[in-house]
Amino acid sequence: MGKTLAEKVWDEHVVRSTPGEPDLLYIDLHLIHEVTSPQAFDGLRLAGRQVRRPDLTLATEDHNVPTIDWDKPIADPVSKTQVDTLRRNAEEFGVRLHPLGDVEQGIVHVVGPQLGLTQPGMTIVCGDSHTSTHGAFGSIAFGIGTSEVEHVLATQTLPQAKPKTMAVTVNGSLPAGVTSKDLILYLIAQTGTGGGQGFIVEYRGQAIEELSMEGRMTVCNMSIEWGAKAGLIAPDQTTFDYIEGKPEAPKGADWDAAVAHWKTLVTDADAHFDKEIVIEAADVTPFVTWGTNPGQGVPLGANVPSPEDFEEATDKVATEKALEYMGLQAGTPMREIKVDTVFVGSCTNGRIEDLRLAAEIIKGHKVADGTRFLVVPGSVRVRNQAIEEGLDKVFVEAGAEWRGAGCSMCLGMNPDTLAPQERSASTSNRNFEGRQGKGGRTHLVSVPVATATAVRGTLSSPADLVPATV
Amino acid sequence: MEKFTTHTGVGVPLRRGNVDTDQIIPAVYLKRVTRTGFEDGLFAAWRNDPDFVLNNAAYSSGSVLVAGPDFGTGSSREHAVWALQNYGFKVVLSSRFADIFRGNSGKAGLVAGQIDEKVVERLWVYLEDNPGGQITVDLESKTVTTPGGEVEDSFDIDDYTRWRLLEGLDDIGITLGHEADIASYESGRPSWKPVTQHA
Ligand code: SF4
Repeated sequence: MGKTLAEKVWDEHVVRSTPGEPDLLYIDLHLIHEVTSPQAFDGLRLAGRQVRRPDLTLATEDHNVPTIDWDKPIADPVSKTQVDTLRRNAEEFGVRLHPLGDVEQGIVHVVGPQLGLTQPGMTIVCGDSHTSTHGAFGSIAFGIGTSEVEHVLATQTLPQAKPKTMAVTVNGSLPAGVTSKDLILYLIAQTGTGGGQGFIVEYRGQAIEELSMEGRMTVCNMSIEWGAKAGLIAPDQTTFDYIEGKPEAPKGADWDAAVAHWKTLVTDADAHFDKEIVIEAADVTPFVTWGTNPGQGVPLGANVPSPEDFEEATDKVATEKALEYMGLQAGTPMREIKVDTVFVGSCTNGRIEDLRLAAEIIKGHKVADGTRFLVVPGSVRVRNQAIEEGLDKVFVEAGAEWRGAGCSMCLGMNPDTLAPQERSASTSNRNFEGRQGKGGRTHLVSVPVATATAVRGTLSSPADLVPATV
Repeated sequence: MEKFTTHTGVGVPLRRGNVDTDQIIPAVYLKRVTRTGFEDGLFAAWRNDPDFVLNNAAYSSGSVLVAGPDFGTGSSREHAVWALQNYGFKVVLSSRFADIFRGNSGKAGLVAGQIDEKVVERLWVYLEDNPGGQITVDLESKTVTTPGGEVEDSFDIDDYTRWRLLEGLDDIGITLGHEADIASYESGRPSWKPVTQHA
């Protein structure tokens, strides 16, 4: 019997396999940031151990760095300690670091792909759950905890039980104006936040093949939000074209050898998935969340649901709690929900295509009175590219705040946070209670919805905008 | 890592499902560079509520947490495990754990035992009827019991994690025992695989 893509990549990385024990997997790339690494390096030091492969390790600063005044000392003392600790550790253990101010600094999951370090058929780990982003290239990529970070630093391997495999097939093309973010929010709403638990999910089908690499990254990024261990997409010409010429991409004969191998990384026709889900791309519309987990979403054109809409008692309670936290009335049209802050950024939607799309939509419009629009590029490279294309001017002219690179309001560890009860429309990936700041209320949205919302001040899609006069 | 064979301690009924890692320890508490001191962030938002279970003196010294389904969903932050351990928890029982949380627990030495939803309910009832009541968790026999035998049932934990916890074995040490396998794997890796440093 044939193998699935995930099984092929897995099998290529097994260092040691013994019945009754997890496989020992070799790790091709280990990404590191300031928040989940200090204790790992501390552990190495305590045990007198070294980093086995500094040349397969890359560090950057992203989670708690400020997005304004980044050339000044970091004001928050604890954030400063973490960043300083990372810098010391990188130096002591010989790890390549892209610190604040460096042209390659940014969110780990934006930096890996743009450097060309993320390639098909790899195993990639990072102490951050959205490592699944890199699966867009046909890699097995997943988040790990700090003890595992220490394990990979010391051994370049990780003991892992082989997950089950699932296929999500998306038939047909996404309708115009619908993005991959809407697709993944729709999928999570269908399956629930636990629907992918225990699986490596392969996204396939026409709609997936038609996505750009950045769109694919958005889908894989949110795999973890429906519980999957990892998400991946078979590499194809779109993938190869994206990687070719990137700083760390293979060159010359190496390139040919790499591509020849990458082309074998597809699920065999006779392979078996443990589970399969099929969805029709035509059913997907602009999708937004109303609750406090990413599965609590509805089409933008729908109303806030009522606890009565659910059959299970736990769902009724969860809905009631979520509505209370979110300050929403059941039955309110989603489009009438007023938003205080709009955030475009994060490893879900902070890449250049996202910024281009946002700029295209807001051009000639103004941010609504009483609404704050934060545009945060995922990396310095993305930022510079946007400036080169004049996107920064479009944002500033519209009244948006144009920031430096980092995770920013995705998780509210840096100064970019929501105030209690403040409501956001956010292109990030989590709407948990307090995620963007204590008491903050988050609606997860796509880039077009975020941008149109910034203009109208209420949840909107570009179709709701009066055409700009430019 | 200390060996874990059996533990008896005060049980804490946490009547909530889907306890995500942002509830266990909000991100603002993650800014430490040590492995200790995270107890102050444990369930930080809920601890402002006087009715929250850990604010009840009978349960505040708890070491066995009994939680609803889907415990530990959300982020990979291991601080969630440390916060529970720093507070004094040795065991978490739930009918369903998020994968990363379960993995992190095993590595740090926190027992994450999976029990049937009905057993969770019975433990909740027992602990609510007997505030400060104890639970014994025996890793050898994979059983949870209350002193009077009100609840007596088994829990699930994967064999490998159980073995490591029983032996108190450090994961990295085990892997480094297979150094020769790692070196031999490395010698066969294709030369075009990317590196972050160039000689
Ligand atoms: S942008 Fe958000 S989800 Fe992505 S790495 Fe940063 S904190 Fe994690």
